[in-house]
Amino acid sequence: MILPWLILIPFIGGLLCWLVERFDQTLPRWIALLTMSLLFGLGLWLWATGDYSLAPAPDAGANWAVEFKYVWIERFGINLHLALDGLSLLMVLLTGLLGVLSVLCSWKEIQRHVGFFHLNLMWILGGVVGVFLSLDLFLFFLFWEMMLVPMYFLIALWGHSSSEGKRSRINAATKFFIYTQASGLVMLVAILGLVLVHYHDSGVLTFDYALLLDAQLDPAIEYLLMLGFFIAFAVKFPIVPLHAWLPHAHAQAPTAGSVDLAGILLKTAAYGMIRFALPLFPNASVDFAPIAMVLGLVGIFYGALLSFAQTDIKRLVAYSSISHMGFVLIGIYSGSELALQGAVVLMIAHGLSAAALFILCGQLYERLHTRDMREMGGLWSRLRWLPALSLFFAAASLGLPGTGNFVGEFVVLFGAFERMPWIVVIATFGVVLASIYSLAMVHRAHFGPAKAQGALPGMDARELGMILLLAVLLVLLGVYPQPVFDTTQASMNGVQQWITTALSPLASIR
Amino acid sequence: MELTQQHFIALLPLLLASATLVTVMLAIAWRRSHGLSFVLSAIGLTAALLSIPMARESGVAGVTSLLLLDDFAYFHSALILVSTLACMTLAHAYLGEKPGADGFPGNREELYLLLTLSATGGMVLVSAQHLAALFVGLELLSVPVYGLVAYAFFSRRSLEAGIKYMVLSAAGSAFLLFGMALLYAESGTLAFTGIGASLATHLASPLVQTGVVMMLIGLAFKLSLVPFHLWTPDVYEGAPAPVSAFLATASKVAVFAVLLRLYLMSPATGDGWLTDALTVIAIASILGGNLLALNQSNLKRLLGYSSIAHFGYLLVALIASNGFAVEAVGVYLVTYVLTSLGAFGVVTLMSSPYNGRDADALYEYRGLFWRRPYLTAVLTVMMLSLAGIPLTAGFIGKFYIITTGVESQLWWLLGALIIGSAIGLYYYLRVMVTLYLVEPGIRRHDAPQDWGQRAGGIMLMAIVILALFLGVYPQPLLELAQQAGFAAL
Repeated sequence: MILPWLILIPFIGGLLCWLVERFDQTLPRWIALLTMSLLFGLGLWLWATGDYSLAPAPDAGANWAVEFKYVWIERFGINLHLALDGLSLLMVLLTGLLGVLSVLCSWKEIQRHVGFFHLNLMWILGGVVGVFLSLDLFLFFLFWEMMLVPMYFLIALWGHSSSEGKRSRINAATKFFIYTQASGLVMLVAILGLVLVHYHDSGVLTFDYALLLDAQLDPAIEYLLMLGFFIAFAVKFPIVPLHAWLPHAHAQAPTAGSVDLAGILLKTAAYGMIRFALPLFPNASVDFAPIAMVLGLVGIFYGALLSFAQTDIKRLVAYSSISHMGFVLIGIYSGSELALQGAVVLMIAHGLSAAALFILCGQLYERLHTRDMREMGGLWSRLRWLPALSLFFAAASLGLPGTGNFVGEFVVLFGAFERMPWIVVIATFGVVLASIYSLAMVHRAHFGPAKAQGALPGMDARELGMILLLAVLLVLLGVYPQPVFDTTQASMNGVQQWITTALSPLASIR
Repeated sequence: MELTQQHFIALLPLLLASATLVTVMLAIAWRRSHGLSFVLSAIGLTAALLSIPMARESGVAGVTSLLLLDDFAYFHSALILVSTLACMTLAHAYLGEKPGADGFPGNREELYLLLTLSATGGMVLVSAQHLAALFVGLELLSVPVYGLVAYAFFSRRSLEAGIKYMVLSAAGSAFLLFGMALLYAESGTLAFTGIGASLATHLASPLVQTGVVMMLIGLAFKLSLVPFHLWTPDVYEGAPAPVSAFLATASKVAVFAVLLRLYLMSPATGDGWLTDALTVIAIASILGGNLLALNQSNLKRLLGYSSIAHFGYLLVALIASNGFAVEAVGVYLVTYVLTSLGAFGVVTLMSSPYNGRDADALYEYRGLFWRRPYLTAVLTVMMLSLAGIPLTAGFIGKFYIITTGVESQLWWLLGALIIGSAIGLYYYLRVMVTLYLVEPGIRRHDAPQDWGQRAGGIMLMAIVILALFLGVYPQPLLELAQQAGFAAL
């Protein structure tokens, strides 16, 4: 029974935030903080007590650490089917943690309609948790689409307008919504195709993950259905020709929106690939893997180059996300267990480091009221703590050993090398580019001659606490990543087995 | 054919609606009273609605060779009655309590009479199994609507819309009648099944093809499918808001139901050219409707264009006509009716009581959330439902349509549907975000403070709750639609 509560807690908390707004302006913040702490706490409790050696695998079938099932729409064989394994648990933990941080980082930034803001924030996080737990494809799609609406409001109503005019945040929000919703419909068509093919073969109409895993698919159909899923995930990932919404959405979103977008929403796409696209369509995924990995390479270099060219500090971080997610994509499609685990570590590490960078950008904006790096410069002398911490996270983002990002990238490249040496060799150069744009960011914003005189207000305990917490976690992940590896080992092993089974007939032909 | 008691029980909803009609007419002749004629017609139609479960038990399907009263007919009759009742409730708020200082300056009572008359026509139409019943039903449905659209005849826009609708609708009827005559010339019968049976043999004759095409044109006029949609935005804009709601819901439901029945019972679908023609019309309606809605700054026009697109989506299920199709049409119509009633309901309450023009310009809704949060919540849910976002009823409808499309492998139509939905999102979101924008100044129209306590407000709340409930737990609706679907096949 704990799984539905993980989803319900944010939704109920969000409603409460809205209802108490009329009594007090600070109360919603405390309720939201409590809600997210509860979610995070429950996640930690599950981690401490659960047995994560159970995970779906081809021969063992779908077994889970925790499972919940309830009949919902009988007509189509749709169930409220939730389940948890190591991978979903880590993602839920990340959601809880970043949820707490996004409430904290909006404490001063958001002053208008506080209750409604937190309603949207909580509902995004509730939807994301739903995505990480659902095992019924209908339910998964439902949550996948549902988190868009509050995100839309978050960007459209509390976002920053750029110099282009007042409507830019609404345009950014609309662009985000249309991109993700349209690609979602493609996925819905693919889901229905899969369900109906299974229905014609077996006579059972079902949306259940465990049953659909056994569907016998014609290779051509399998490839098409896999593409349907891939397109939806590619938009949110984002993979390079489908990334156009990301920089706009990030630049105009409030800090909490950017934190959730980069930290969690992008991860739902990677999660979807690992959980659904690979196990449901193993043969087609193996065929498609070289293309996906090349797309990953394109993402790494394109993101890095464009990141370097930005003058808006939030857009810089946004493009760097595209670059980092390229590594994740290579890890996912490399078909090696090690690389898959590396991809998960990298997802978590990027979630933490990107969140920290966006929070730092938000704090800079609160002080300077600009995100343009041409108007910054020399901040090191005017501002305590913040430039130094920025340097730390920039270093983490470029993959400095000792941080989680290094472990993630290293394990991805190490694991993928065996099967795809050339791709790995080229991807390694992306790491060099990462150091260029990361250091350029710090240099342009914090070093050089000061553009104005006078000290800026330093960081208060709340701001410093958030950033230090993230820094500590990132270093912990870099120095001792073993707990993460242990937790996801069984899940990744299962995914890897699916790919190996798909590979073996190919191998025997050779 | 001898009519027994059982037949009369099967006809009960129709008979009750007709009795209501006569009663309301006599009551108006006796003494004009806005409240009385509203109450009488509402009670009458409610009684007709409640008699449907009883009528279903009667066990007779065909009453004379004209009407076929099966679950399909009852399902759509119920839908028509519910939407008519909702439009009446909205009209009551819209016209205003009593003549005099505020509210509608003309006579109010006949509006209910015309609505009841039109609803009766719709019920005949959805039960038709004979071209004569089809034509009688269709005219009974549309002729009162001429009067309804021009009800505010002292306003230029309303009168203009009424005349425009009358001319084009009459032209549509003429096409339909000519088409029927041609079919009759070839097959020698007017019953749907008879036509189907005789056409199965000589389908390719040019006379039949011309006849089928002309009938299709006639019905497409009423459904405002592209390229027969030109009247839609003007009529929706000019008609009083509750009448627009009626046009968008009850009137279209009835026509689409009969189109579906005709399509299923007369296998003119055999060799594919009709399917191709419908596919082109569907794609044109989806893309045309959505593209034309993009830049509308008038909410009623925008909803008019959006309804063109929605009937394009519905055609996908019609073309698929596989196991799920009838069910899908039923579910989609319910969700669409619910959503349109909600959206037009908000426009109506914003314009109530009548004061010369409706509050239909988009800027009048700017920042409504900070003045009328609950009313805004209604419109937001309706916009999301029209856009087909999960957890609203609209998503269940769209889900069903996509299922039928995938089942029949109509990839072109599905492609159009996805592109159309993406375009549609833009204007639905535009309306939605307008409601939340904080703008000082302009507040020309505003719903009365106590709108939530009145009948119209309570009904809107019920609609929004139902739209969310069906989005979360659609099982009851699916079962109902499934029964109606089995009956039609």
